[in-house]
Amino acid sequence: MTTTVADGVFTLSQSEKQSLLLPELVRLTEHHRNHGEAYARILSATGHVSGREYREEADLPWLPVRLFKTQVLKSISDDEVFKVLTSSGTTGDVSRIFLDKEAAAAQTRMLSKTIQTVLGKQRLPMLVVDTTAIIKDRKSFSARGAGVLGMMNFGRDHVWALDAEQQPDLEAIRGFLAKHGDQPFLIFGFTFMVWLYLYELARDHKLDLSNGILVHSGGWKKLIDRSVDNAEFRRAFAADTGLTRIHNFYGMVEQIGVVYLEGADGNSLYCPDFADVIIRDPQTWAELPPGQPGLVQVLSTLPESYPGHSLLTEDLGVVHGVDDGHWPGKRFSILGRLPRAEARGCSDTFSAGAA
Amino acid sequence: MSNVDRLRKSFRTALDLSSDYDVDSLEYRGIEKWDSLAHMALVATLEDEFGVMIDTDEVIDMSSFTKACEILTKQGVDFGE
Repeated sequence: MTTTVADGVFTLSQSEKQSLLLPELVRLTEHHRNHGEAYARILSATGHVSGREYREEADLPWLPVRLFKTQVLKSISDDEVFKVLTSSGTTGDVSRIFLDKEAAAAQTRMLSKTIQTVLGKQRLPMLVVDTTAIIKDRKSFSARGAGVLGMMNFGRDHVWALDAEQQPDLEAIRGFLAKHGDQPFLIFGFTFMVWLYLYELARDHKLDLSNGILVHSGGWKKLIDRSVDNAEFRRAFAADTGLTRIHNFYGMVEQIGVVYLEGADGNSLYCPDFADVIIRDPQTWAELPPGQPGLVQVLSTLPESYPGHSLLTEDLGVVHGVDDGHWPGKRFSILGRLPRAEARGCSDTFSAGAA
Repeated sequence: MSNVDRLRKSFRTALDLSSDYDVDSLEYRGIEKWDSLAHMALVATLEDEFGVMIDTDEVIDMSSFTKACEILTKQGVDFGE
């Protein structure tokens, strides 16, 4: 029932990707220059004049992701705005991302294609490692609520693993497993909540999660203190609960619709066919080779309604290899935030005492 | 009850609309009550009512009453025109 959709959107070798993405990214640069005054000013101020030739992705201009917090950057008119997405900044400033109807549909479609690569087309019974309280106010979801809701499309018969007080609901989880545990099922949650509330409970109560497919995201900051990194996370789940199909992902509201997904080999994130990453030296901005950690630049051909096709993040990462893993292209890891960068991210809004 | 009436009734139940609400021209997010949460309730209601399995692509594609009709038709539900 959970036949995967071949390799879905993880098919292109690095050279194929480069030759397909580069002209599209150049087109997007021109498109956003012509449709957004602020972006056009930034380009001309940084020497990226119209008609300049780009020989590779690394030559393209990029925007610091932080700019979306201070500038209105969009390439559509006010009356075309269908949805405004906001990030969950912790110091008050939030990114604002503007989508028209087409862009909103495109991001949903591409996210879906990406996730279906590991889940298949069928919706699976779904255990949500969160509380229904986060979507109680239907008029204003937090970024965390919006993330959970987006993933719920991939599931059916949803069960919440935490009660309204954000405590693990052992009976609900046991009920879910009794009903669905003998067939493939989906588990979704933010990384540190999955660890704190599902892993420890499953270990202590010997719950069998061996038919589960876990999709999780949100960063490792809160788990590093407990000496839990991605490798330990995978090892412990496999050893104590039987859960081996685990897919971490990296994504951000500024590049909505793109998720960099952990492959079946574990411990490496891969870029979908319409996206790529470049690691840069934080001092010189030079592109770094595999093995050397630096700032993560994300590239994607999805953003048509705002200039988000080439962004320099505040995250540190490292490319482990190219065309040498479970899927083709670059495989990489996120190592954390650039020191002193503002703390940011959906899961940061969770205020558990344990955090 | 005809299949199209069963479909209308499912929409009214899932979206919490009155029993005489005209649902035939409804679009996703066209009214406040058809939001992303209600959409999941709608999908579950349709699966129960018509005994079908709706996949992820269809969930995303189901952007109007008319689209729901098309998707169910493909699954073998006869709306008889």
